[in-house]
Amino acid sequence: MGVLTRNLDLFVAHFGETLRLFAFSAVISLLAGVFLAMLRVSPVPVFRGVGTLYVTVVRNTPLTLVFVFFVFAYPYLEIIKFEFFTAAVVALSIYTSAFVCEVVRSGINTVPVGQAEASRALGLTFTQMLGSIVLPQAMRSVVPPMVSTFIALLKNTTVAAGFSVREAGAIRDALSEAGESTLVGMLWVAGIFVLLVMPLTFLQRVLEKRWSVAR
Amino acid sequence: MSSTVLFDVPGPRARVRHRLLAVVGVAAIAALVGYVVWRFIDTGQFEGRKWSWIEYKQIQISLAEALGRTLSAFAVGAVLALTFGAIFAAARLSDHRWVSAPAAVVVELFRAIPLVIMMFFFYYGLPATGIKLSAFTAVVLSLMLYNGSVLAEVFRAGINSLPKGQSEAAYALGMRKTQVMVLVLLPQALRAMMPTIISQLVVLLKDTALGFLITFEELLYWGRQIGGQLQFGRPLIPTMIVVAAIYIGLCLLLTWFANYLEKRNRRNKKVIALENKDAEMVVLTNDHQA
Repeated sequence: MGVLTRNLDLFVAHFGETLRLFAFSAVISLLAGVFLAMLRVSPVPVFRGVGTLYVTVVRNTPLTLVFVFFVFAYPYLEIIKFEFFTAAVVALSIYTSAFVCEVVRSGINTVPVGQAEASRALGLTFTQMLGSIVLPQAMRSVVPPMVSTFIALLKNTTVAAGFSVREAGAIRDALSEAGESTLVGMLWVAGIFVLLVMPLTFLQRVLEKRWSVAR
Repeated sequence: MSSTVLFDVPGPRARVRHRLLAVVGVAAIAALVGYVVWRFIDTGQFEGRKWSWIEYKQIQISLAEALGRTLSAFAVGAVLALTFGAIFAAARLSDHRWVSAPAAVVVELFRAIPLVIMMFFFYYGLPATGIKLSAFTAVVLSLMLYNGSVLAEVFRAGINSLPKGQSEAAYALGMRKTQVMVLVLLPQALRAMMPTIISQLVVLLKDTALGFLITFEELLYWGRQIGGQLQFGRPLIPTMIVVAAIYIGLCLLLTWFANYLEKRNRRNKKVIALENKDAEMVVLTNDHQA
């Protein structure tokens, strides 16, 4: 307990940074992921190809590699300079949006064929059909796996510890500098993550049960 | 395939529109890719000097060694995670609450803790108690605990979603609990869940790259080392391209294998279609760790 109470400021500051990292990356990857999913189901073959290529490449690349690229290699390209925090948000968003895309797409697949056919019969355009008929229904079946994707994102923010972002994973560095026990410190960090993730897992189970009868 | 569901076969006007959109889209993408490639060329990433390291035998050997360490962490981690998963799935499925409850706690716990934190704990935390683990051991242990817990859930969902009649018939024949599980349920569940299991192994392979953070000298670590060498003009981008190509190639091989099994399953009459949606949900809600 001592390690936590003596360094409460440190824990609060670092977990605050974790949540900030999470919030930024969550919003960006949600938007980008839905856009990618729309590309992947679009009638234009080139767009489908681009979407598929992106998802295939990113899903098979380790997140750490994406981080290393944006933090160490990207500056050599001399485009726009990033802070470490921005680089971490970019890396996390690029990675997570591919998973969001797959979740949305599998949600679209659960919508019965008749729905799209009926809206076409009513004369809706592709965008209208997607926006007001298919996506709203798809979102329902998509929420539980989406929660999982965001739980993974929350845990993945800790990768930023290796890249000079002062979030939860970096508490170890700060503790060992202060001469505190990193063993106990890590246990606390792990415990707090369990506390953050468990309610989300629980929420996911509830939503899954409540919404699975919808169709 | 969803794409055929969402729109009609395009008529003449729609075809023209799609072609126009395609041209605009291709132009936009080409502009973006072109800009990035120009940045690569302008900053000299394709210069001979930055790629000359490939010709050195010593560097080729060290690349092979780093790849070997990545693959051995993957292999050992995979075997341990599968074993851990099998044991804890069996424990969670047990009728005895004193067995299933602790197993459930362990599985839920290790799924909630970030892998990075586990690796830090094993590598930097444990020495305080006098236990000194090598980076390799820390990586492999963390991979086992995290992916093993996910796999335990996969196994459990696979067994739970087999049709009820399977176990009922087996009990009616007079089999005992263990026999029902080992002879009837397990072989069917394993076959049906094999593609999911392989997908989780792709995650495990990608996760070995987290070892970079605790100075485990794997593939990514090698890329960073060689990429910082002055004599080749700090070829970090070229080495990252090579490392990325290796990782993506390896993962694609595994993904391809999973897809192949899935296709074969669909044709194979021995594979029973899983009854409820639990198994599918596991596939979807499978935590995508780094």
